[in-house]
Amino acid sequence: MHPTASQTDIVEPVTIDASSGRVENGIHLEVGDPEIFERDDPTRELVFDLERVQILYSGVAAVTDVNLDIASREVTAFIGPSGCGKTTVLRSLNRMHDTTPGAVVEGKILYHGEDLYGPKVDAAEVRRRIGMVFQKPNPFPKSIYDNVAYGPKINGRKRGDLDDLVEQALTRAALWDEVKDKLKRSALALSGGQQQRLCIARAIAVEPDVILMDEPCSALDPIATARIEDLMIELKREFTIVIVTHNMQQASRVADRTAFFTAELNESGKRMGLLVEYDTTNKIFTQPSDPRTEGYITGRFG
Amino acid sequence: MATIAPERPRSRKLSEGPKPPGRERDRVFRWFTFLAALLVLLILALIFVSTVNQSWDWFSTRGLRAVFSSRWNQKVYPRGTANAGQPIPGSGFGAWALIFGTLYTSFVAILLAVPLSVGIALFTTDVGPRWLRNPVGYVVDLLAVVPSVVFGLWGVFVLATPIRNVYQSVADFFAGVPVLDKIFTGNPLLGTSVMTAGLILAIMITPIITSLTREVLATVPIAQKEGALALGATRWEMIRGAIFPHSRSGIVASVMIGLGRAMGETIAVALVIGAAVRVSPALFSPNNTLAAIIAQNFGEAQGIQRSALIGLGVVLFVITLLVNVMARAVLNRGERRLAAGK
Amino acid sequence: MTAPTSLLTPRRGTTGRHVRNRVATVGIWLALFIVLVPLVAVIGSVIVKGASSLSGNFLTQDINKITNGQKLADAFAKVAGKQSTQDGIKPAIVGTLLITGFATLMAVPLGILGGVYLNEYGGKNHFARVLRFLTEVMTGVPSIVMGLFIFSIVVVKTGFSLGWNVSGFAGSLALGCLMLPVVIRATEEMLKLVPNELREASYALGARKSKTIVSVVLPAAAAGIVSGALLAVARAAGETAPLVFVIGITRTTNTNIFSGGNVALSTEIFRNALSYGSYAAARNRAWGEALVLIVIALTFTLLARLVTAMFTRRRAA
Ligand SMILES: Nc1ncnc2c1ncn2[C@@H]1O[C@H](COP(=O)(O)OP(=O)(O)OP(=O)(O)O)[C@@H](O)[C@H]1O
Ligand SMILES: [Mg+2]
Repeated sequence: MHPTASQTDIVEPVTIDASSGRVENGIHLEVGDPEIFERDDPTRELVFDLERVQILYSGVAAVTDVNLDIASREVTAFIGPSGCGKTTVLRSLNRMHDTTPGAVVEGKILYHGEDLYGPKVDAAEVRRRIGMVFQKPNPFPKSIYDNVAYGPKINGRKRGDLDDLVEQALTRAALWDEVKDKLKRSALALSGGQQQRLCIARAIAVEPDVILMDEPCSALDPIATARIEDLMIELKREFTIVIVTHNMQQASRVADRTAFFTAELNESGKRMGLLVEYDTTNKIFTQPSDPRTEGYITGRFG
Repeated sequence: MATIAPERPRSRKLSEGPKPPGRERDRVFRWFTFLAALLVLLILALIFVSTVNQSWDWFSTRGLRAVFSSRWNQKVYPRGTANAGQPIPGSGFGAWALIFGTLYTSFVAILLAVPLSVGIALFTTDVGPRWLRNPVGYVVDLLAVVPSVVFGLWGVFVLATPIRNVYQSVADFFAGVPVLDKIFTGNPLLGTSVMTAGLILAIMITPIITSLTREVLATVPIAQKEGALALGATRWEMIRGAIFPHSRSGIVASVMIGLGRAMGETIAVALVIGAAVRVSPALFSPNNTLAAIIAQNFGEAQGIQRSALIGLGVVLFVITLLVNVMARAVLNRGERRLAAGK
Repeated sequence: MTAPTSLLTPRRGTTGRHVRNRVATVGIWLALFIVLVPLVAVIGSVIVKGASSLSGNFLTQDINKITNGQKLADAFAKVAGKQSTQDGIKPAIVGTLLITGFATLMAVPLGILGGVYLNEYGGKNHFARVLRFLTEVMTGVPSIVMGLFIFSIVVVKTGFSLGWNVSGFAGSLALGCLMLPVVIRATEEMLKLVPNELREASYALGARKSKTIVSVVLPAAAAGIVSGALLAVARAAGETAPLVFVIGITRTTNTNIFSGGNVALSTEIFRNALSYGSYAAARNRAWGEALVLIVIALTFTLLARLVTAMFTRRRAA
């Protein structure tokens, strides 16, 4: 019943693929309908709510004053020039910074209305619910099967269920057919695109609520990229997805909303990342309200 | 696909309900690793405490003479007195001659080993044909696999007898030359001597100096080497002008670590140095070192002699510790400078 | 390397600088050959002399007592053209394997844990830096000092000591102390090579740090750690000084390393060479023992190389 985007649906870079509309509360919504994507739209179920977030590395702020909210079962894209803090913000959403010495997250990040950095919140629990796919495919040097089974195992799934679970995760990541005969082979023997889909399978095998993806296609060729984009649109039905990308066509193809970040010199001459504009993807790509956004998406940025 | 029917955990609040397992295990594991690392500190401290404890008799009855007296053998009461032939308490067991022997043999070893080691290190980084570089590294490492007791066995049963003739010719050659005739001589002139110990030690420390030097040489930026060659320098000029200045302190530190090894090497030296405690520059006659005399005499030692031998161990420990601390400090400083320079 | 020779500059090889370059190159090649000589000579002697001892039940019999009557027996045997008495070294082989084995059982797990602390937890903090430095320094502690240490704290019955008397286990403790810093260093170096992305991948699935280390980081570094540990074992198996006065002595096989005297190949070689050098039987036995010892040490070294080679090939694939 869901129209699924396929490569042939992809038209102009800056138009939104109409067929990837969504069904919400039984109503078919067209992407880009401004009425529905008002910021304070009460029908949006918020997953993340960031208020005045600032992230520092060894006492130096890398991004500052980020305010945005991310809704359930949407794809949200972060775009912007290199070094503006997209990865930094993304990693704050699953407390990945806890593992980086010297990284500090300030401000408030609410996850389903709850403080993500609250004193009683366990970072491992957070990361179990909020999965992450990295820029460079990073399968464990184990078998394909063990890669997918790793997450469920550490979260207490019993051995008996694992076979089914692995198959389902690989199927959902559109990799099953390619690897079903070599599950015991090393994951490192897969191609880059396959490895990245394996990493996605690994992430969804723990049944997260959100999947964060940091430039998941940057190391892949256009065909592998298209497959992963299809996958994202498919996965959106079950997961909330936040994706960092340098590829603006990709943002326009898959994202419901887009946040544009940039880096500017502040008063003291330090480069600092900031969120310039956050809106529906359609709006960002057709009528950006900030000249910096416009400059970036039209290729005139400095 | 609908069969999965994921039961989303989000229905539960993050701060409530059961946490994923393993928080306790995390803390315990961290403690275990910490204690294992701490073991190093503990062992080093215990080495010092326990050996000082067991050699306290020696230190306390002799004071500074324990280290600075060169008399090892105890004096005995002369004939005709009440305790004739008995050792006089408090006499003998001075470490000085052994400290001298240790430094002397190690010095000889270093003198022989450094040119070899640096030469081979250069061979494996810059000079040798590419296909030969790694195999040569392996072969030199193979020297480190031969146990020191096997070197000793070979030294005393194979090398010592024929090399005596070589020593004799060298001694004849230098006879009458001022100063040198005191060094290149032996009294008695034997195959088991300072020189033989130095030779065996040189072979034994070559692998460690070579491999440390290789690491140091590998840090010389290629740009500097190519820069020198581009200016028309010969390879040797490149080595002297670009490689050595950049890696001088690292090579010195590697040599010091080799020196520490040579001073602490026991069994091979115990077998080939003969056994004569004395301060003498004669290369071709027996001598002894701190480590070797312990191995030779500890088996039967009792009472004050055992205490003294353990005390020699303390002296050796302190000396090698100082040498190693200095060397490692130099090496680490070099590494940090390199990391900062990047 | 072959600079174009201009008419204005003298031809290559004729100036002092080129001569010096030649001399240096020849010197470096010479260094290589000088080092090869003793290596070949030592290993050659051990093989030639050792092989002739490896007759009959040499590997499976107890050690003969060297007595004053031995010289006489040697003389008779020489006349008769055969070995005097059937001699053996089984107790020393068993001793070496047991003592080294127990040392490995203690030092390798502890060393791995210590390396994990330095690389995964300590990192750049002050305390870890100090421990890392001490570990490096500890690799330079002479092995005879380790023997004296264990003698002073475990074996001897006086003073501040456990007073357990001599045993194979005391030797294992001494060897273990020698191996510990080596294994810590090797582990840390190998853990440094594990890409951080793997740790992050594990954390991102909700794994805790200890789980990540045990299930992802250590397996990824396993080959390197195993190889480093095997090299440490090879070195330890050949050590004499730490054992010679803490394990005591026996001429019959003692498989109980916790009590009673024991014997190792290395200490046997040393004793035979130092005290009984004038007895042909003792010399023969020492060479035979040296051959067996070198074979053991070499086996572990080759295993280490093999593990490394397999690992690098898999990496490359
Ligand atoms: N671990 C770190 N320690 C210190 N500074 C860091 C660290 N990670 C990132 N930074 C700094 O923070 C800033 C933002 O980096 P970030 O990786 O978030 O950028 P990005 O937008 O993801 O860039 P790219 O598009 O190139 O991936 C950069 O100036 C970077 O140098
Ligand atoms: Mg990034």
